[in-house]
Amino acid sequence: MATKSSKNSLIIKNLHVETEDKTNRKSKKEILKGVDLEIKEGEIHAIMGPNGSGKSTLLNALMGHPSYQISEGTIQLKTGDKTKKLNDLKADERANLGLFMAFQHPIEVPGLSFLHMLRTIKNLKGTEKQSLEELLEELQIELKKLKIDEKALERGINEGFSGGEKKKLEIFQMKILKPNFILLDEIDSGLDIDSLKIVAENIKEYFKKYSPAMIIITHYARILKFIEPHKVHILSDGKIIKSGGKALAHTLEKHGYKELNDK
Amino acid sequence: MHSKSSRKEEKSQAQKINTLFTNYKYGFHTDTKSKLVIPKGLNEKIVRQISKIKEEPKWMTDYRVKAYKEFVKRPMPNFGPSLEGINFDDIHYYIRPQDKTQNKWEDVPAEIKETFDRLGIPEHEKRSLAGSGAQFESEMIYHSIKESLSKKGVIFDSIDQGLKKYPELFKEYFGTIVPYDDNKFSALNSAVWSGGSFIYIPKNTYVDLPLQAYFRINTESMGQFERTLIIADEGSFLHYIEGCTAPVYSKDSLHSAVVEIIVKKNAHVQYTTVQNWSLNVYNLVTKRAYAYENAEMIWLDCNVGSKITMKYPSIYLVGDNSKGEIKSLAMAKDNQCQDTGGKIIHMGKNTTSKIIAKSICKDHGNASYRGLLKATKSARNSFNYSKCDALILSPEARSDTIPKISIDDPTASIAHEASIFKIDDSQLFYLMSRGLPQDTAVSEIVNGFANPIVSELPMEYAIELKRLLEIETE
Repeated sequence: MATKSSKNSLIIKNLHVETEDKTNRKSKKEILKGVDLEIKEGEIHAIMGPNGSGKSTLLNALMGHPSYQISEGTIQLKTGDKTKKLNDLKADERANLGLFMAFQHPIEVPGLSFLHMLRTIKNLKGTEKQSLEELLEELQIELKKLKIDEKALERGINEGFSGGEKKKLEIFQMKILKPNFILLDEIDSGLDIDSLKIVAENIKEYFKKYSPAMIIITHYARILKFIEPHKVHILSDGKIIKSGGKALAHTLEKHGYKELNDK
Repeated sequence: MHSKSSRKEEKSQAQKINTLFTNYKYGFHTDTKSKLVIPKGLNEKIVRQISKIKEEPKWMTDYRVKAYKEFVKRPMPNFGPSLEGINFDDIHYYIRPQDKTQNKWEDVPAEIKETFDRLGIPEHEKRSLAGSGAQFESEMIYHSIKESLSKKGVIFDSIDQGLKKYPELFKEYFGTIVPYDDNKFSALNSAVWSGGSFIYIPKNTYVDLPLQAYFRINTESMGQFERTLIIADEGSFLHYIEGCTAPVYSKDSLHSAVVEIIVKKNAHVQYTTVQNWSLNVYNLVTKRAYAYENAEMIWLDCNVGSKITMKYPSIYLVGDNSKGEIKSLAMAKDNQCQDTGGKIIHMGKNTTSKIIAKSICKDHGNASYRGLLKATKSARNSFNYSKCDALILSPEARSDTIPKISIDDPTASIAHEASIFKIDDSQLFYLMSRGLPQDTAVSEIVNGFANPIVSELPMEYAIELKRLLEIETE
């Protein structure tokens, strides 16, 4: 049995992130102003907060988007006894350490198929020997669970898919790439209630099987009814202003952020 | 003494350039002893000499001389990239590498065979072709076709043999699709043409595997002027593929071909080109096909190499219900210029056509689309769809889309779309977040862009072209 100290975790310490000010190229704008979080394997943390509070910036900075620069603080992945600092690593290096982000707005790459991309990534990793037939079988099983048409595999990445399909395909990629650290950026936005249920079920299934460390960013408590978070954090103006259990999400939905700020 | 040392210098310079372009794996040069080299430069005497060497009938000699006069008279093209760098006096217009065309690889002189072995041509033929030809300098040095096809009456020969062996068929069609006075370079080709393929597919004959020709320029300052004539008789089916490469030299070479294709009633012809000349070759080519009733013509044209390419494959939809398709991919890097595109002329009723053009440019490269779409008065209910996409990989690179549309018939339906893409940070970040390193992500995006064209190529060419695109985008 694994001891508590050898658990995987994503550790964020005093994270300050700035981005280029679009109105003035020379000046930079600080968006995150000191964020501390630790998400251990088998934990789901929900981060909520008003628009512009820095939620998406946090996830993009964690994944290594070049437009977001870390000016202070650290991001670390602890895997077993090893701790790796991510600050200077590129997105692909972070991905290879087991980090995954589901995008709020998945990006289109015309002509490059999901099948080709996933195959290329698997071949590059080269750790697990999987024949094309085995991979195809796995892909088809997961597509079925997510109720996505098989033909999606051959189509260009996110090219011409509906908003809901794109979100499902993000979870599909997550299930195939099998990350240990998962960042879900508004996975529930743009989903109808049936699709939301399907997505939530698939996330839960993955969570049960692999117990990753998971961050869910959302505006609404409704997805949290399907996926119960262990902790809920409120991000406001680049800082976590309140943390609590799942009840916090419901309080928030009842009373809004304003009241919370006033308290 | 002097000339020897200067040759040595030239050679070492060529080697230097070769190492500069180490990515171009066909840049090697083989030492060959040519049987006959006509000195550089062009005049009527040389034109007559070429005809004499080839023991041609008088009508052809006269045709060549007439074309030469037209070439001299015609100004350079008044559109497209500058061709000022071409020095017509510094070009060999005819080099004969061996005495005659062979039909067995064993009989090809060793040093020439070595070249084609290194290019993988003979293996390719064994694996997946119905026949293949190879041109070295000015002559086809090899031509062969499966016996089963020649028994059916399929002719696949060098064009010089075509003139000798089938004079009537040859004379009936030669120069009818691309007249000598079509443009300056068709006039040049008509004056000094040498090599190329002569193909006749009999009625209702289906050639299930492609026929292929491979063109190689080996000598510095060489002009290659092959000429291909394809006659697909009623109800026949053909896929013809051509590939081309050359060594890298400090001096420029010129490749100016003419291709004429006759697609008769109910016939189907696809002509596929993978052009990978070295960066010192001017590639100025006139390609044209006539499609008769219910016939189908497809040009699949990929241009990766050359210094400057000007090439606009055309289809004249002469017959009712005929179809035409032009699918092209052009890649320009360094200072390359790919001025390519296509022309479709709707003349028959209910004719349909499609143009899909993709260009990729990088560094100071210019990959532009230049097209003409025309529907004459007789073309009732004609339909066209054109789509031109450009992918620009560096800020200095350039791509222009210059479509010309001329409609004389109100029932025509013509649609033209054009778009320009850049690889943006969000695409790169998305792919990298999935685990692809940056350079792989870039080449995957380029591959994705090119895929609609590349996936149409026969497998070996598709693999080769993908590899080229990877190298080019590094």
